[in-house]
Amino acid sequence: MEHPVDFNKTYDVVIAGGGNAALCAAIAARRAGASVAIVEKAPRFYRGGNTRHTRNMRCAHDSATETLSGPYTEEEFFDDLLRVTQGNTDENLARMMIHQSKDMLNWIVEQGVRFQPSLGGTLSLGRTNSFFLGGGRAMLSALYRTAEGLGVHMTYEAEVTDLEMDGPRFVAAEVTTPNGKRRLVAKGLVAASGGFEANIDWLKEGWGEIAENFLIRGTPYNRGSLLRTLIGKGMTQIGDPTQCHAVAIDARAPKYDGGIITRLDCVVFGIVVNKHCQRFYDEGEDIWPKRYAIWGRLVAAQPDQIAYIIFDARALKLFMPSLFPPITGTSIEDLAGKLGLDPARLRETVDGFNAAVQPGQFDDTILDGCHTEGLEPAKTNWARRIEQGPFYAYPVRPGITFTYLGVKVDAEARVQLADGGRAENIWAAGEIMAGNVLGRGYAAGIGMTIGSVFGRIAGEGAGKHASR
Amino acid sequence: MQAVEFRFPDSKARPVNADHEAHLSEAERLMTVCNSCRYCEGLCAVFPAMEMRRAFSAGDLTYLANLCHNCGACNSDCQFAPPHEFDVNVPKVLAEVRNDSYARYVWPGFLAPMFRRNGLMVTLIAALSVAAFVIGFAAWHDPAVMFGTHTGPGAFYKIMPHNTMVAIFGAAFLWSVLAIVMSCVNFWRDIGEPSSTLRDPQALAGGAHDAATLKYLDGGGVGCMAESDKPDDNRRLYHHLTFYGFMLCFAATSVGTLWHYLMGWDAPYPWYDLPVVLGTLGGIGITIGPIGLLMAKFRRDPQLMDESRKGMDVAFIVMLLLTGVTGLALLFLRATPLMGTMLALHLGFVFGFFITMPYGKFMHGIFRGLALVRYAAEKRRAFG
Ligand SMILES: Cc1cc2nc3c(=O)[nH]c(=O)nc-3n(C[C@H](O)[C@H](O)[C@H](O)COP(=O)(O)OP(=O)(O)OC[C@H]3O[C@@H](n4cnc5c(N)ncnc54)[C@H](O)[C@@H]3O)c2cc1C
Ligand code: SF4
Ligand code: SF4
Repeated sequence: MEHPVDFNKTYDVVIAGGGNAALCAAIAARRAGASVAIVEKAPRFYRGGNTRHTRNMRCAHDSATETLSGPYTEEEFFDDLLRVTQGNTDENLARMMIHQSKDMLNWIVEQGVRFQPSLGGTLSLGRTNSFFLGGGRAMLSALYRTAEGLGVHMTYEAEVTDLEMDGPRFVAAEVTTPNGKRRLVAKGLVAASGGFEANIDWLKEGWGEIAENFLIRGTPYNRGSLLRTLIGKGMTQIGDPTQCHAVAIDARAPKYDGGIITRLDCVVFGIVVNKHCQRFYDEGEDIWPKRYAIWGRLVAAQPDQIAYIIFDARALKLFMPSLFPPITGTSIEDLAGKLGLDPARLRETVDGFNAAVQPGQFDDTILDGCHTEGLEPAKTNWARRIEQGPFYAYPVRPGITFTYLGVKVDAEARVQLADGGRAENIWAAGEIMAGNVLGRGYAAGIGMTIGSVFGRIAGEGAGKHASR
Repeated sequence: MQAVEFRFPDSKARPVNADHEAHLSEAERLMTVCNSCRYCEGLCAVFPAMEMRRAFSAGDLTYLANLCHNCGACNSDCQFAPPHEFDVNVPKVLAEVRNDSYARYVWPGFLAPMFRRNGLMVTLIAALSVAAFVIGFAAWHDPAVMFGTHTGPGAFYKIMPHNTMVAIFGAAFLWSVLAIVMSCVNFWRDIGEPSSTLRDPQALAGGAHDAATLKYLDGGGVGCMAESDKPDDNRRLYHHLTFYGFMLCFAATSVGTLWHYLMGWDAPYPWYDLPVVLGTLGGIGITIGPIGLLMAKFRRDPQLMDESRKGMDVAFIVMLLLTGVTGLALLFLRATPLMGTMLALHLGFVFGFFITMPYGKFMHGIFRGLALVRYAAEKRRAFG
């Protein structure tokens, strides 16, 4: 039974957002005895923003389980985080989160979520990451069912557009619904409304005009309206607007919400050129999962934010299929014509690359050392001549997954005030505070860890606060 | 070329009465989408079977369609389900291809139009069959026999001699078995599986197990997402009642035949005798089961279904239900003057059911079973 939010009532906790962070907070707050209202901006089908698109979460665990192929200790998790963020993380918060992530595996299952062994094509994550049976939307539906069963009230197509404050104390939220603006009074607020990745204007503040050419991989509803309000009301901002998770995705993807299926895993098997047919980075620097998340930025730095992955017939079946078929040409010149590139220049680049490839034993399963000599930039692994037609290409653009700029929180997920101290009754969880842990870089599955761990802490905190 | 000028493949709503080719090409598009996503791979057999392929022929798609149990889980779990612009609706599109497949492989081929308005055709045949028995009996016997009270061994055969009954039902049954076998040959050839698989005991056992337990009618473990994103297990329960009820009725008939020819015992048998016990339990199964399935069907989320073929489904379920109800009625009324009429009704429905088996929804069970046998073989080839 779904209970809509009653705007005439004073709730113990109001939660802005309807994704993983919001639902974990709602369930935890309700289990702590609080009355809870979820206010979700998206319509019911699109509820749970980016969480809909996820497939796994990264949690520490001391031994293999039915769905995890081996142990992943807190120490190893922390080392991985240090490496990907290059030290740009709040060590205390990060260690606390990683420690709590251990228990999260059980907690989330208790809330009805089910796991499965890792997916075909992502076996490299089988030890560290827990995969949701049926993917993120299945995970989300389980959380919603549990929340409904516990008596959490929820309303869709309702956006928190302003906050009424009394000094450091939250009093009420202004909620914009299809029937106009409503005032919702509560004893505490959990901000779990995601990042601002779908707000191109905000992205431009960091990236400049080029952000116009970015594609947004997830929900169009995460526009950072509440994040803006919180910063405007004196909460501490953390991170800068260019920090985000960005990958190179198929340029033919829709502007928003194309999700996982526009992902391309073939960079390592070919060359990547810009619109002037020039290569610009070592395509074979490391195994693909470790380099996946740098290509969004690399393409963003190219003219018109477009690039083309070029490969030949031998590579076609070495990677996961994707939504759009590659563009095909009988010759390099033919392919260039279809891509709108200068045929002579593409031929020159391919010839130059082919001439630089050194003999070696190609092996797509390891760092095979097949490399180029005397080429700038070099390709250091899987360098194999592009010579066997037909030839293929995927056009790629930067695809923004989510942004890191957020509000600063403490270990209780309580939002910090810019002029010292902390908000009395405002908590934050998920993308909206991801920057506390992720100053830069990314480790697969950590988005959900941040949402679950901080969501649960925020919910418990807000629930207890209300019953004081 | 500006890459932004690429167009997304057409994803607009499909015409309602789209033909087979359109269903196949939509299924092909979806399998390409799913193969690049794979989030649903833990839900059922369809997705792992899909992952073993990169391109999908019509035979592949038909195979995948018959593997699908329409549990609905992959629809409520899909981030790209309608209203998303990618319009991914695997249960519905596979249902369309699956329903097409019964006509695609029907034997003899000129009877394919039977599937065009299958609900109506099956209803007509059932009505004609019932009418033939009622009118036939009435014309044959004078009212004293037709509406007399007959008891003791051989009572039924006062209405219809045993040999006539065997001749009529035997002929109908043999024809149907022949037609079903020929359809299966067509199906098996088209999906491209070698015939040796059908002699592989492990594949047969695996397929039989998955079919008998309805392993994949459970949304990956929680139940069908039949009405919404809240799962339940009702369809599996009612389907089990129907299927095992049907098998019990079949067993009752077989035991009765043995009693008659081997033992020389004539029906009707006392209530505690094996054929009656089996038949009664089976009759209860194919009465309650179909009622549950019908209720589930009318409550189902229409987004999951091939609504254009609802008539076929309903006709089949109602036919089973009426066979069960008239059978039970015959049991209760067999010592009264209504026995003759009930026998005519029951035999009419049984006959109608027999001759429409190859030309209606009954085929779903046969092709599903075969698809599961193939999946068992494929799984072993791929994963050992
Ligand atoms: C394609 C894709 C795949 C991903 N895969 C993974 C993965 O496998 N593992 C992983 O860990 N991470 C993954 N991520 C990242 C992950 O999705 C996010 O980190 C995570 O879902 C964030 O959860 P959240 O609850 O903070 O935000 P969301 O799930 O995005 O929820 C935020 C919600 O807030 C609502 N909202 C926004 N503004 C307001 C407002 N003012 N008032 C009310 N409601 C509002 C939105 O409608 C939205 O539903 C993926 C992201 C994408 C795009
Ligand atoms: S049905 Fe949707 S979620 Fe499932 S595999 Fe296909 S595209 Fe992915
Ligand atoms: S409806 Fe159920 S059985 Fe059919 S493909 Fe989807 S999950 Fe599998």
